[in-house]
Amino acid sequence: MIRFLKFGVPLLVFGILVVFLAIGLTHDPREVPSPLIDKPAPRFQLTRLEAPQRSFSPEEMRGKVWLLNVWASWCVSCRVEHPLLVDMARKRMVPIVGLDYKDQRPDGMKWLSTHGDPYLVSAFDDEGKVGIDYGVYGVPETFVIDKQGVIRYKQIGPITQEALERKILPLVRKLNG
Amino acid sequence: MIPELGHFALVVALALALAQSAFSFVGAATGRRALMGTSRSIATGQFVFVAGAFAALAYSFVTSDFSVVNVVQHSNSKLPWYYRFAATWGSHEGSMLLWTLMLAIWTFAVAAFSRHLPERLVTRVIGVMGLVSVGFLLFILLTSDPFERLIPAAAEGQDLNPLLQDPGMVAHPPMLYTGYVGFSVAFAFAIAALLEGRFDAAWARWSRPWTTAAWCFLTVGIMMGSIWAYYELGWGGWWFWDPVENASFMPWLAGTALIHSLAVTEKRGTFRAWTVLLAIVAFSLSLVGTFLVRSGVLTSVHAFATDPRRGIFILLFLVLVIGSSLALFAWRAPRVGLGSSFAPVSRESMLLANNVLLAVALAAVMLGTLYPLFLDALHLGKISVGPPYFDAVFFPLMAPAVFLMAIGPVASWKHAALPDMWMRMRWAFGIAIVTAFLLPFVLGRWSPLVAFGLWLGLWVVAATIAQVWQRLSSAPQRGFAARVRAQSLSWYGMHCAHLGIAVFIFGVTIVEGYATERDLRMAPGEHTAIAGYDFEFKGTHELPGPNYTAVQGDFDVRRVGSSDVFLELHPQKRTYAASGQTQTEASIDPGLTRDLYVSLGEPVEGDAWGVRVYYKPFVDWIWGGCALMALGGFLALCDRRYRLKRAASVPAGAAAARP
Repeated sequence: MIRFLKFGVPLLVFGILVVFLAIGLTHDPREVPSPLIDKPAPRFQLTRLEAPQRSFSPEEMRGKVWLLNVWASWCVSCRVEHPLLVDMARKRMVPIVGLDYKDQRPDGMKWLSTHGDPYLVSAFDDEGKVGIDYGVYGVPETFVIDKQGVIRYKQIGPITQEALERKILPLVRKLNG
Repeated sequence: MIPELGHFALVVALALALAQSAFSFVGAATGRRALMGTSRSIATGQFVFVAGAFAALAYSFVTSDFSVVNVVQHSNSKLPWYYRFAATWGSHEGSMLLWTLMLAIWTFAVAAFSRHLPERLVTRVIGVMGLVSVGFLLFILLTSDPFERLIPAAAEGQDLNPLLQDPGMVAHPPMLYTGYVGFSVAFAFAIAALLEGRFDAAWARWSRPWTTAAWCFLTVGIMMGSIWAYYELGWGGWWFWDPVENASFMPWLAGTALIHSLAVTEKRGTFRAWTVLLAIVAFSLSLVGTFLVRSGVLTSVHAFATDPRRGIFILLFLVLVIGSSLALFAWRAPRVGLGSSFAPVSRESMLLANNVLLAVALAAVMLGTLYPLFLDALHLGKISVGPPYFDAVFFPLMAPAVFLMAIGPVASWKHAALPDMWMRMRWAFGIAIVTAFLLPFVLGRWSPLVAFGLWLGLWVVAATIAQVWQRLSSAPQRGFAARVRAQSLSWYGMHCAHLGIAVFIFGVTIVEGYATERDLRMAPGEHTAIAGYDFEFKGTHELPGPNYTAVQGDFDVRRVGSSDVFLELHPQKRTYAASGQTQTEASIDPGLTRDLYVSLGEPVEGDAWGVRVYYKPFVDWIWGGCALMALGGFLALCDRRYRLKRAASVPAGAAAARP
C-alpha cells in the first residue's frame, strides 16, 4: 500500500495543479475589481523622478482628467505598452502622470531617455508606499482620475490598443464633457 | 474551394486518428496480427491528410485568399512570399495545425523506422500517439478552425505582427514544435511499457534515439527564439524568464534529465520507474506549456488572443492525457522493481545527482512561472515573478550540476574510487582554478562572480580534454588515427554537448560581466566611445520597404585613435503600413569575441534620437554553446549501434514479444 501511495504522488501533485489551472481559467489576469473605483485618489507627496528637489502631488492635477500610469524600469510588460503611451502623449490625448514604482532613480531616468518620456511628470515612489495606497498589484497599472480627483477606472497590466479605444478614451471624453 | 478541402482533410484525419488508436489498442490487447498490422498504414494515411490540410492553409496564405478569416487577420498582400508562408503558423489556429502536423510526422517516422521492434509494443506506441492526435484534431475542429470563411471577402489583410516578420520567426516555431511534440514518442513508449508491464534495457534503448532527436530540435528551437529576442526586441537581452520562454524551457530540463536517466536504465537497468515518470513529465510539460500559452491564464509578452472555450478544452485534454498516464504510472510502477544496486560514489550516483538537480531546477522554474496563478486563485493578489527570482534560484542549482557533469564520465559504473578520479582529474582541476583566477584580469576587471563562472566553464573544458586524451592514449589500437576512429560517436557526442555547456557558460559569464550598454541622446555629428570603439551618428533618412517605411540611422564605427571607418551600422525604425505598428530593427556587427549593437529609440527633438549602443563581448558564445549541445545530440544519433540495431535487437525483440 505504501508503495502505491508513493507512486501516486505525481498524480496528486498534478491534481492540485489542475485545480489551480481551472480556477485560473475563470479569472481574467488583467481584471481585478478595484475597491478604489469611484473613491477619491489617495493623496501623496513624492519627489519628481528627474528633479529630486521638486515634489509632486495629485492636487496639482485638480480640474483635469488625467491618467496615473504605474511603471518601473525593471518591468518587461511596461515596454509593451510604452509605445502606446508615447503615441498618446505625442497626440496630446490626455495628460499622463507616471509613478515610477520601486525603482532606482538613475535606472528610471535612463529608461525614459531610451524609450521616450510620455509623462507630464513622473513621481518617484522608491519604497512603493504610494503603490500600497493605490492597491498596486503588479506593474504596469493605469488609473483614470477625473476633475474632482476621483478614480474612475483602473487598467491592470499593459494598456492595449483595444482597452484604449473601447474603455479609456471614451471614458476620458465623457469625463471631459 | 481549397480551404474547404483543407477542412475536409482535417475531418478525415480525425477519423483516421480514431481508427489508428482503436485498432492499435484492440489489436495489441487481443493479439490479433491483422488489426495490429493496420496501425502503420493508418498512421501514414493520417499523416497524408494532416499534411494536406496544412498545405491547404499554406496555399491560402501564400495566394492571399482574403475570404479566409485567418488569412485576413494575419497576412497582407504586401508581405513578401516567405513571410506569407510563415504567417501560416503566425496565428493561434495555424500554430495548432503545425503542432498536429509535427505529431503526424513523428508518428509516421515511428511507423517507418521501427520495423525491427516487437510489433505489439510499436502498435501500442502508435495507438498512444493516435489518441494525442485525436485530442488536437478535435481541438482544432471544435474551437480553432483555421479555414473559417469571411463573406464577403476582405479587400486586404490586417498584416502579420511586425515582431514575427523576421527570418528567425520562419524557423523558430517549427523547430520548437518538432522538439515539443517529439517528446510524445518517448511518452508513448513509456505508456506502452506501462501497459505491457515490461521495463528493461531494451525499452530504454529503443526510446533513447527518439528522445535525443526531440531534445536536439528543442535545443535548436529555444536557441533560435533567444537569438530572435536578442536582435528583434531591440534591448539586447537574450533570455527574459517570460512565462512562454519558461514553457519551452521546462520540457527541455525534463528532457535533459530523461536523456541521462535513459542512459542509466539502458546500461544498468536502474532508475526504471523514474525514467518512465520523466518521459511522462517531459511530454506533459509540453502540453502544459501549450495550455499556459493558449489559454491566457498567464499574461506574457507573447500573449495571444484568448477564448475561454479553448482554455477549458485544453484543460480537459490535459486531465485526460496526463491524469490517466500518471494514474497508470501509480498503478503499474510499483511492479517495475529496482535495478542493480550501486555505491554512493559511482556513475549512477553522479547521474542521480544530475537528475535530482535538474528536477529541482525544473520545479523552481515551474513554481516561479505558476506562482502568480496560485496567488490569484487564492485571492492573494496579482503579482509577476521576475528575473531576480529565477536568477537567484536557477544558477545555484545548476552550478553543482555542471561541476558533477565534468567528472561524471570518469566515474565507473556501480562503484568508483574517489582517489583514482582525483588522480585523473587533478591537473584539469588545478589548471581551471589558476586560469579562472587570472583570466578576469586579462578581460578587464576581477569580480568573484565572473571568476566563478569562468572556473566552471574552464573546469568542464579541462576535464573533457583530460578525459578524451586519457581515453585515446590508453586505447588498445595502434596509431592515433585508429584510436580516434575506434571511439563511438555517442561518446564524442556526449563530450561535444558537455563542451557546449562550457561554451554557453563562457558566453553568459562574460556578457553579463563585461557588457557595456549606453543609452543616450545623439544628434547628427555626435560621437560616443565605448569599449575602444567610436560611434559617429551621421543622421537619419527615410527608406521604403515592401510593406513598411523605415527611418534608417547611419552610424560610422572607428577604433578609438584611428580615423578609418571599418564598419557602418544601419539600425532602422520601421512603421508598417497595414497596422501602423512600429518596430525597431537593431543593427548588429557580430563577431567571435564581441557584438557591436546599435538600435534606434525614439526621436527626441530636432534631428536627435534616443540611441542604444551596446558592446556585448562573447554574446554569440551563448548560442554557439547551444549549437554544440544540439550537435552533440546529433552525433549520438549517428552512432553505429543505431544503424546496426536491426541485427542487434532481434533477440531482445523476440523476448519482448512475450505477452
